[in-house]
Amino acid sequence: MLQLILEQTLNGLQFGLMLFLLAAGLTLVFGIMDCINLAHGSLYMVGAYFVAAATQAADSFWIGLGVGVAGAAVLGLVLELTLFRRLYQRDHLSQVLATFALILIANEAVRAIWGPAALLLNPPEALAGPVEIGGFFYPAYRLLIIAVGMAVALLLYLLVARSRVGMWVRAGAANREITESLGINVRALFTAVFVFGAALCALAGGLLGPLLAVQVGMGESVLILAFVVIIIGGIGSIRGALVGSLIVGTVDTLGRALLPTLLRALLPADAASTLGPALASILIYLLMAAILFFKPQGLFPARA
Amino acid sequence: MDRDGICLFLRYNFPLWPTIPEIQMMPRLTALAAAMLLAGSVHAADRIKVGLVSTLSGPGAGLGVDIRDGFQLGIKHLNGKLGSLPAEVLVADDQQSPDIAKQVADKFLKKDKVDFMTGIVFSNIMLAVGPAVFQNQTFYISANAGPSQYAGEQCNPFFFNVAWQNDNLHEAVGKVVQDKGYKNVVIVTPNYPGGKDAVSGFRRYYKGQVSEEIYTKLGQLDYAAELAQIRSLKPDALFFFLPGGMGINFVKQFVSAGLSRDTQLFAPGFSADEDVIKAVGGSMLGMFNSSHWAHDMDNPENKRFVADFQKEYGRLPSLYASQGYDAALMMDAAVRDVKGNVEDKKALQKALEAKRFKSVRGDFKFNTNHYPVQNYVLRAIGKDAGGRITNRTMGIIFANHADAYAGQCKMK
Repeated sequence: MLQLILEQTLNGLQFGLMLFLLAAGLTLVFGIMDCINLAHGSLYMVGAYFVAAATQAADSFWIGLGVGVAGAAVLGLVLELTLFRRLYQRDHLSQVLATFALILIANEAVRAIWGPAALLLNPPEALAGPVEIGGFFYPAYRLLIIAVGMAVALLLYLLVARSRVGMWVRAGAANREITESLGINVRALFTAVFVFGAALCALAGGLLGPLLAVQVGMGESVLILAFVVIIIGGIGSIRGALVGSLIVGTVDTLGRALLPTLLRALLPADAASTLGPALASILIYLLMAAILFFKPQGLFPARA
Repeated sequence: MDRDGICLFLRYNFPLWPTIPEIQMMPRLTALAAAMLLAGSVHAADRIKVGLVSTLSGPGAGLGVDIRDGFQLGIKHLNGKLGSLPAEVLVADDQQSPDIAKQVADKFLKKDKVDFMTGIVFSNIMLAVGPAVFQNQTFYISANAGPSQYAGEQCNPFFFNVAWQNDNLHEAVGKVVQDKGYKNVVIVTPNYPGGKDAVSGFRRYYKGQVSEEIYTKLGQLDYAAELAQIRSLKPDALFFFLPGGMGINFVKQFVSAGLSRDTQLFAPGFSADEDVIKAVGGSMLGMFNSSHWAHDMDNPENKRFVADFQKEYGRLPSLYASQGYDAALMMDAAVRDVKGNVEDKKALQKALEAKRFKSVRGDFKFNTNHYPVQNYVLRAIGKDAGGRITNRTMGIIFANHADAYAGQCKMK
């Protein structure tokens, strides 16, 4: 039993940290620039395709990951300079329409370039098998994802909480006008944040590629989860994004694993097998509703 | 919420917002309107139109692509004709969404006035599209989805399944697991009608202990939580039914979690055919699975099909491809039987029931519910003479096996 809980916690942690990579960029763009970016999931998808294509060309996952992330950062830069810069001043409706169009364009472009079938990425040979920890086997590749996720979380913490740029970012999230009036080049700051967010998206997409599948539309389902995370955590807060991601990751994993068994003890088998999976998939939305009821601004509101 | 969810959200807030299928249809609809203005909507009876709706994108794409390619190869072998009339095959992607499938099926039925429909992979989509097809009195020749509903009380004169009833391949695996003496089994399947059929089929013939039935989301790709649960249950055999990309990911993650040391994998042919083998590779060696067809079956029709499929598409055919191929042959034989007069629905139904074509799986016949009565074989994944990892036929599990629902069907 202890082993099961430990393994599920690791699974929750792994899922949560990957969500964090996505939510971090989303929460900053939403919090600081007040811009709803529905195409954030598309950056994740395009990033994953870049990594997959570069991996196939270079025949090395690590080179592929590096090239893919860099490629997504360049794409992010181009998008920010040509499109998003014009959207910040518009109302949310225009932003939703423009970024929704981006989703459609990205999906069709990917379909046209790489075809409708999913690309399959394999993890590096050395990490393909299981490793033994504490008496049971756990996939080595998932451990790597956890390690990378933690490293990025630490880096982000240092960057946001300890560096001057981080101070500007936090100031920007708290009050944009005053930050601007203090003489900070908010334009350049916005561009940097957007590019960084795009790179994190590609990193998540590339790391998850071998575990899931690189396919058209992979960004949309994960986008919804990323929005849930930043709403739970508080828009604009990196700390909120981290806590929110870990909560969503753990609750989703444990819900899927334990709810059906739990329900079977209470209900007839037939009803439990129908209700269990259904309930498990709405669990995080129930959680979000509950948190919003008690904390309408999220757990760590950036504009307190 | 997926892409369609976002679209629905926008549509809810802005009533004029088009849905994704509408957006995708716009250019085609415009072209269609222009064509109708030019030609009028006269339907020429000098050719046979087939509407093939299948899953051609996303994680289930491998299945739909094989059905389509098998069907097209069948048409090619028939010299582009169905029953000596020129064949016109319209192909559409349902993107594994029942809503999109309903819209394209509607277009095929109402605008294109197709004579046959085929191609649907997933049973939930079949159940969504079925009513409109039957109401339109168009014959549907299923090259895959075989829901229990249409085999039993809701059986329909316009529905034929040329492949199997959903339960059948799972029943065969259940029999094998029972006969090999496994005592503690865990079942993993998606939470949709085909998954429910899989569990009832397997348990109809496996009588030992099932310590857990795990239902996952259809299209799920990460099985970490389920694998941890399986590890804690320590089963000696695991039966999984996860078609397409789901099964590819499941087997890969199962092996990388180190579970293959203690647990023997069993699956219906869907989760152990060429599409999965190609993606997963050596980890699948030694896995047992069931099928009604195998590429090494020894009959002249199958030899020609397998050889030409490889020549045409550069890969081994899967069971899905064989089903698509058979669907084309079945339409051809029936149209020839009624001498091209496909408007005589009663005669066409009789001709389809008579099954006057030679299937690549060998001989079979249709039951009263329009589902096959046929043999099911055991296959094991091994290396062939050329060192290629592929399925080999081991023997017959069931001979002349009918499905469990035919008794409930009162065919009109």
